[in-house]
Order: sequence, then structure tokens, then C-alpha cells
Amino acid sequence: MRRASTKVVAAGVLLVALLLAGVVSRFASEDPDGLTKVSEDHGFADTEKARDSPVGGYGALTGVLGVLVVLGLAGGVTYAVRRREPSDDQS
Amino acid sequence: MHVPDGFLDAPTSIATGAVAAVAVGVALRGARRELDDRTAPLAGLVAAFVFATQMLNFPVVSGTSGHLMGGALAAILVGPFTGLLCMATVFLVQCLLFADGGITALGTNIDLMGVVTVVVGWSVFKALQRVLPKRLSMVAPTAGVAALLSVPAAAGAFVLLYAVGGTADLSLSSLATAMIGVHVLIGIGEAVITGLAVGSIVAVRPDLVYGARPVLEKRELVVRTTAEATAP
Repeated sequence: MRRASTKVVAAGVLLVALLLAGVVSRFASEDPDGLTKVSEDHGFADTEKARDSPVGGYGALTGVLGVLVVLGLAGGVTYAVRRREPSDDQS
Repeated sequence: MHVPDGFLDAPTSIATGAVAAVAVGVALRGARRELDDRTAPLAGLVAAFVFATQMLNFPVVSGTSGHLMGGALAAILVGPFTGLLCMATVFLVQCLLFADGGITALGTNIDLMGVVTVVVGWSVFKALQRVLPKRLSMVAPTAGVAALLSVPAAAGAFVLLYAVGGTADLSLSSLATAMIGVHVLIGIGEAVITGLAVGSIVAVRPDLVYGARPVLEKRELVVRTTAEATAP
């Protein structure tokens, strides 16, 4: 069996991430997450200092934007620190 | 489990920030050994995937949801040091762009959902890999178990931090019971998503999965100088 090329795998992962953020995210549960719920039940939810999101929180479009920003940042950092000569770098 | 501003006092937040800064520094150095021609192209994508998946809250018990943390997943796909860099990037963007997680709590969130899940997830994964049969089919289930345990570990670490610097006076034992209880359930979702994601890439390109390399090397009887001993 011919193996998928790295480009195909990378494109696949990106496509899945974009679909999750841009489409599947609308089906996400609106209920508070574990910590938020525990903070409500234990009476310390009001100690939270909330603030506004510059992009208006998570939505299909902002989710896709977030995916691309994270990809650019993390891709840039890991590209910058990567090993340049994979087989004989012991320095 | 993003900690907002206000849950932990200033000294604790400063301390967790310092720990996060050191951890990211260590990860920047360590990632160099992990990132080669095979892992480097995927690292940014793994971070993007974790970010997308963290948007998907799934219901766990009535009125409570959870989402993937992703530290175990990232560590197994691209290595623990690179995985932590991916996680830190996700929390930075969530904090600054989405106000998800407090600014003073950024270090706390990197520590809890990055450092703890990466260290616990990767340690459990490597320990299990040592005792389980070295087969490719074992990689995804092993990743799932590691992911499952990493989530209540992060919740437990939050309770410890709250014991040190929580801003409200409450029963720590009931906080621990509630936090760890609900996060065991969230961990099941974490296990399923991690197992599926790792299994999908193992199915098409096992050599791209950092945590699958020891298995591949044994199977193919190829000595690769790139993958040095991965003892933790």
C-alpha cells in the first residue's frame, strides 16, 4: 500500500481542524465546563474577573481565525527551533 | 478548565507564571531534538487541531460540559517538548484573542492544562508502552489511557493550587471530589478523541507519530540515529 505523503496528511489535519472550528463547533454544548460548574456549585464563581474578547468570543469565523493564528504562531516557533540536519546533529 | 482571573491570588499567579516561563524555556530547548523533517511540518498543525478541538464542548453530566485538553495528544504526536510549545501557543491565543482564561492566569493554565497533561500523558504512555506488546495497534489505545489519566491529574493540580492561593474560603476536600470526579468523566471524552486522532495518523503514516517510533523501529529492525533514547 502506498503511504500518504506528508503533504496529504498535513492537508488532512488542517482540513479537519478548520471543519471542527468552523462547522462542528456550532453543535458544541453550551453548558458550563467542569471548572465553571464546580465554581458555581461551590460558591466561588463570583470571584471570576471576566473581560471581553477582542474578537467577540468563539464562533465559526473567529474559530477559523483562531485556528489559523495558532497554526501560524506554533508553526513559526517550531520551524524556528527545528533541527536543521536531522541525522548528524549532536552539538 | 480554563482558570479565569480572580480564582487564584496574585502571589500564586506570579509563581505559576514563573513556572510556565521556565517550562516553555525548557521546551524550546528540548523541542530542537524532537523536531526533524518528519515532526516539524506537523507541529503547528497539531496546535491548530488542539485549538479547534478545545472549542468543542461535549456534555458529560447534566448541565456540565467538558472539552479536550490535548496535552497527551500533542506529546504523543510530536513529542513532549514540542507538545508543550503547541499547548502554550493555544493558551496564549485563547487568552489574548478570546479572553478564554485569565491574563494573570495564563501561567496557571499553561501549567495545569499544558505541563501537567503533557508530563502525565507522556509518562503514562511511555510506561505502558514499556510493558505492553510493541505493536502499532497498541499505540492508539495506549494514547487513550494516557489521555484519560491526564485530565483528572490537571484537575487535581488545580485543587492543589487552590489550596495554596485560592481567593475563596471553601472545603478543599469537597472541591477535590467535585473537580476530580467531573474530570474523570471529561477524561473519557479526552481518551476517545485522543485515541481516534492518534489512530487515524498511525493508520496512514505511523512514522509521523512521535510516540509510535519505538514500535516502528522494533518492527522494521531499522536503526535510526534520529530517534535517540527517549527515556524521560
